[in-house]
Amino acid sequence: MAAIGGCFFFLIALAFVAVLWAIWRYNNLIALKNQVVNAWKQIDVQLKRRHDLIPNLIASVKGEMQFEQDTLEKVIAARNSAVAARGVADAAEKENALTQTLSRLFALAENYPNLKANESVKALMEELSSTENKIGFARQFYNDIATRFNTAQQIFPDSMIAKTFNFQPVELFEIRDAAEREVPQVDLSLRPKA
Amino acid sequence: MGADAFLYGSGVGPGFPIATLGALCLGGFSAWWALQDGDRAVLDSTHAVPLDPRDPQQKLLDNVVEEMAIAAGLPKPKVYVIPDSDPNAFATGKGPEKSSIAVTAGLLRTLNREELQAVVSHEMSHVRNYDIRVMTVVAALVGSVLLLSDWGRRGLWWGGGRRRDDSEGGGGGGGLFALLFFVVWVISLVFAPLIAQLVAMAVSREREYLADASGAELTRNPLALASALEKISAATAPTESIKQGVAHLCIEDPRGRAVNQREGGLAELFSTHPPISKRIAILREMAYQKLQTS
Repeated sequence: MAAIGGCFFFLIALAFVAVLWAIWRYNNLIALKNQVVNAWKQIDVQLKRRHDLIPNLIASVKGEMQFEQDTLEKVIAARNSAVAARGVADAAEKENALTQTLSRLFALAENYPNLKANESVKALMEELSSTENKIGFARQFYNDIATRFNTAQQIFPDSMIAKTFNFQPVELFEIRDAAEREVPQVDLSLRPKA
Repeated sequence: MGADAFLYGSGVGPGFPIATLGALCLGGFSAWWALQDGDRAVLDSTHAVPLDPRDPQQKLLDNVVEEMAIAAGLPKPKVYVIPDSDPNAFATGKGPEKSSIAVTAGLLRTLNREELQAVVSHEMSHVRNYDIRVMTVVAALVGSVLLLSDWGRRGLWWGGGRRRDDSEGGGGGGGLFALLFFVVWVISLVFAPLIAQLVAMAVSREREYLADASGAELTRNPLALASALEKISAATAPTESIKQGVAHLCIEDPRGRAVNQREGGLAELFSTHPPISKRIAILREMAYQKLQTS
């Protein structure tokens, strides 16, 4: 009798530990999932900031760069279509187009010494190029955390929990266009080159 | 009641390490205390001032810190500027939720944007890896070893004779064993503080390599940190306003000692930072491997 009782007690304890483990791993996956969602939202925050900054920049460089009307209009158009974009794939494409036109504008601005000397334009340029960096780093962090989430779902034994509760791996942010893989070599720093 | 009774306790039986526990408690308390209020004290001691966003250079620093906080997925630390012309930087604070990064005015002047980003990423990694906590605890433990060995030496002076009487009666072999034990005890008393310091320095150097590597992971640009280190090491003057206590959290040893530049041997054992040339070589290697894989 005592042996059966002991066995029974052992099984109960084992089941209890297993349930505790499952809860622990499940909560870990949920925490990662929410971090992924948050990381994605961080990208949006920076994109929104870029949209807000562009009209200011255009307004302040318009006077000096009147011979670049074409580029300025392209930036505005790209910005407006990015603001109006619907859906993730659409937004990604239009934001990429905006990045391209902006880097062209930055490159052109290098040719205008008056602009480079103007304090408020300089400050705006720094804000915008920092926002570009923040978008890049926000995407990088999203990819880092999404990779961690995906790995956590696939490693054994956590994969059992992930399957049971139907966790889905998330997509990573990728550069589709091969030309975009080239890092643009535009030096936006405001200080003299070393 | 001699020093022996004080050291080993008369009531709790022989060999109960009261002094060790006491020293550890004191060490733990000093670590806790340092963590609670340490960042304020450190920042005050360096005369660091909160940055002024109206100054374009400091605004740029503010942006760079925010960029790195985003890359690390951490809340943005408070940013301070130290009025010192030698390029250096350090991080402090309780943990990732409440941290501060301070850089010298000299650093802002010397480095370009990419290099500044690399230095900030190194400091951000100290924050992310809980190095401030690690080094505070290590410092407190070293402190308690010093304390313990000090107590031990006093105990040896006053209570040594009586202790020998106590352990008599174990036969000839026991006497020899006691003598051997006694010798080992004396040697460890003398060398414990030294070894503790060496271990602390070794931990500090390892954390520096780690911060370099995880900083490069944040920026994906190890070469920028390499060239920043080159510029920083070119300025060999000591950073006057950073005191020795925070040396292990700086990007480079603020004492500007020649010890940190030399490789190998004794010199390396006693420095908080690995030789800069070695750090640069490792970063270059990282960049090379990145080139190979892409």
